Amino acid sequence: MSDLFQEYSEAAGRTGAYDEMFAPGQQARRSYGQVALALRELSLADVSARADSMARTFLDRGVTFDFAGEERPFPLDIVPRVIPADEWSVLERGVAQRVRALEAFLNDVYDKMTVVSDGVIPRQLVTTSAHFHRQVHGFEPAGGVRVHISGIDVVRDAEGTFRVLEDNVRVPSGVSYVLENRRAMAKGLPEAFGQQLIRPVEEYPRRLLSALRKTAPSGVDDPTVVVLTPGVFNSAYFEHTLLAGLMGVELVEGRDLICRGNRVYMRTTAGEQRVDVIYKRIDDEFLDPLQFRADSMLGCPGLVNAARAGGVTIANAVGNGVADDKLVYSYVPDLIRYYLNEEPVIANVDTFRLEEKEAREHVLDRLDELVVKPVDGSGGKGLVIGPDASRDELDALRKRIIADPRGWIAQPVLQLSTVPTLSGDKFGPRHVDLRPFAVNDGEDVWVLPGGLTRVALKEGSLIVNSSQGGGSKDTWVLADSPQVPVEVIPRPTIAVRERVSVWPVESNWRDSQKEQQQQQQISDAQEVTANA
Amino acid sequence: MLSRIAESLFWIGRYVERADGTARILDVHLERLNHLPMEEQRSVAQELLAVMGARAQSDDFGLPELLNALAYDKQSATSIAGSLGAARENARRARETVSSGLWESLNTTYYGLNQHRKDVVGTYRFCNWVLERTAMVSGLADTTVSHDESWQFLVLGRSLERADMTARMLSTRDVLSAGMSWVNMLRCAGAYESFLRTRRAAFGDQHAAEFLLLDRLFPRSIVYALRDADECLAKLDPSAQRVGFINDARRIVGQARTFLEFHRTDDLMSELPEHMERVQKAVSQASDAISRKYFNQADELAWVGEVS
Repeated sequence: MSDLFQEYSEAAGRTGAYDEMFAPGQQARRSYGQVALALRELSLADVSARADSMARTFLDRGVTFDFAGEERPFPLDIVPRVIPADEWSVLERGVAQRVRALEAFLNDVYDKMTVVSDGVIPRQLVTTSAHFHRQVHGFEPAGGVRVHISGIDVVRDAEGTFRVLEDNVRVPSGVSYVLENRRAMAKGLPEAFGQQLIRPVEEYPRRLLSALRKTAPSGVDDPTVVVLTPGVFNSAYFEHTLLAGLMGVELVEGRDLICRGNRVYMRTTAGEQRVDVIYKRIDDEFLDPLQFRADSMLGCPGLVNAARAGGVTIANAVGNGVADDKLVYSYVPDLIRYYLNEEPVIANVDTFRLEEKEAREHVLDRLDELVVKPVDGSGGKGLVIGPDASRDELDALRKRIIADPRGWIAQPVLQLSTVPTLSGDKFGPRHVDLRPFAVNDGEDVWVLPGGLTRVALKEGSLIVNSSQGGGSKDTWVLADSPQVPVEVIPRPTIAVRERVSVWPVESNWRDSQKEQQQQQQISDAQEVTANA
Repeated sequence: MLSRIAESLFWIGRYVERADGTARILDVHLERLNHLPMEEQRSVAQELLAVMGARAQSDDFGLPELLNALAYDKQSATSIAGSLGAARENARRARETVSSGLWESLNTTYYGLNQHRKDVVGTYRFCNWVLERTAMVSGLADTTVSHDESWQFLVLGRSLERADMTARMLSTRDVLSAGMSWVNMLRCAGAYESFLRTRRAAFGDQHAAEFLLLDRLFPRSIVYALRDADECLAKLDPSAQRVGFINDARRIVGQARTFLEFHRTDDLMSELPEHMERVQKAVSQASDAISRKYFNQADELAWVGEVS
């Protein structure tokens, strides 16, 4: 291994985390064989030149996220995160299982609430959730699906076991970086792609579009799908344009839409056109000023009524936030057993419910050892990591927990697994998480092979959010071992046409050049004779 | 297509062409300006700015200020940097509609704006670079975007702005009459060689102006640009009428073009300012009419309940 990995094993040893690339003793794991080989050939100059050119491409292509009103490229690290086939098949099953359970839970919560009457989950927990919207109670959305798109965050603990950290079934973002990262890596580290089969990600937009079309209101033959964005200043605007572009559908803002008679239309140059499916990328609170925040200029009045009347499919459905609630999260294993009659494939992270007196006291005693999170937060907002927090921060936190125990959960500090990441002039271990994306078309839950690996670029940091100095890595899922015989599809041979049409300028031009030179020589000669 | 997107495309066309035209004008005039004595330089700089549609903020407006106002000021809609920035902002809003090639070339251009020295010599290079970039943008727009409605809006904006820019080019002649030769004017429009090949021996102000104004085959002439705009409008709204035009934009553009084409005069040069005024007015009226017809977002966001 080149100097780039000097001191890596010591640094990795200090974190005490599971390293994705190296087994203890700096032995590259089998799945990383090819990557290690490719990196060994590279010098620091090579690696930084490639990293620069990858960053440049991102800026030119506009692969950015909006941070405080400024477009920033999303940092992509050159070392990929590799997941072997056997580990992936577990993750895939686990994610799909979770999505099916949450789908069933949401259908139940906005209907009869049998989950409450059967005593699995307290009623109060559901009704106090900030994202439980009574406005959408009591109807099944057109198309019958609520969680069309989901992102389930998983992490690997120090023992190497995958655990679910949180569920995102409102507007999970980040899939655009999965698509763009793969494109960039194919150019940035081509050596590592050669020998192994890496499962492709580019079918995501196609899968998404077909799921959205499939869940259109009944009776629509050729549904019109749109992506609804809050606008160009949203941090994920790039993703909205990319998905709309790759699906070949319109990207609309609230002001482009109009509701009339429980149908939704968009204003086009040819008048109004009916919209059947809306892929909603704005928060529920801003969607419909008639039902939620009356001062919202981002949405369109009447959307919720239109959805209730079955005139339009909104994906993801309004009100999904109740399943995102981190206190509900702590019940998901029970929900899986209740609705699906299965055991959870991926375990949760141990979670303390602070409403329970015993747990609360236990947590308040050990605040400096735990991570405390607000139940409705996303993007790492409001999260307090005990060991890193100051005395004052912990005291403030203690007061807030006592004032509102429903608003917080506590978890042990997990040493997220690490992957080598370029930092300055060498590779160092940095903590990563993983967000696999799932698309649900009502019949089948499809999980995108891989997902978004986010990495905390600061040494020792456990916060991977892009808004707080996180970057990303391309995530490779290796295809099953090549022992499974791959069927070779016979290819028709290509006929070689050896004749290339050209205007025969070349020969003529040469001839005439020669002639001209001769002529020149003759006249020169004549001149000489004349002078003589 | 969405009205909002159509509007963005229309303005991408306009802004890119504006950057192109401004770069051409600046490039040629800079050479002239540089040779003038300080005092004159100052007044000419201010007049030049006025022709481009902006007013000098203070009397202390000389060559460096002109460079900033026409080339580098990102806040101003008349400067090259401002136009290209606005074009890129519009493309960002219509990104899923335009081809990635078009978007990337605009985006890369935007990020390249800062990489130039802002003195006189640097500005020559800057102008050249802008011409290259805008040519690339137009080329990509023509070869990578389907020639459907969206492209028509882009070309419509481009043609209208081109007519406007050529009119401004011809107007700058008054500013620098003391030595702004017709050769430079033709160079401005990139028309020098075409003109020489068409007119052979017929040199002179009158002929040059005529060429830039009335030539039916030179793409940057006003009549040609207006004809392009007219064709786009016709394709966007193909409904044929027996009498007249209900489409305001078509009426305005058509009137301006036919007035020029059918007007007969012996002394074009003295009428030139009047013609230029008319063309610029027509362009701005047409642009308004197009907004009213196609991009109208004036309808309030209102909820319409059940249809009874």
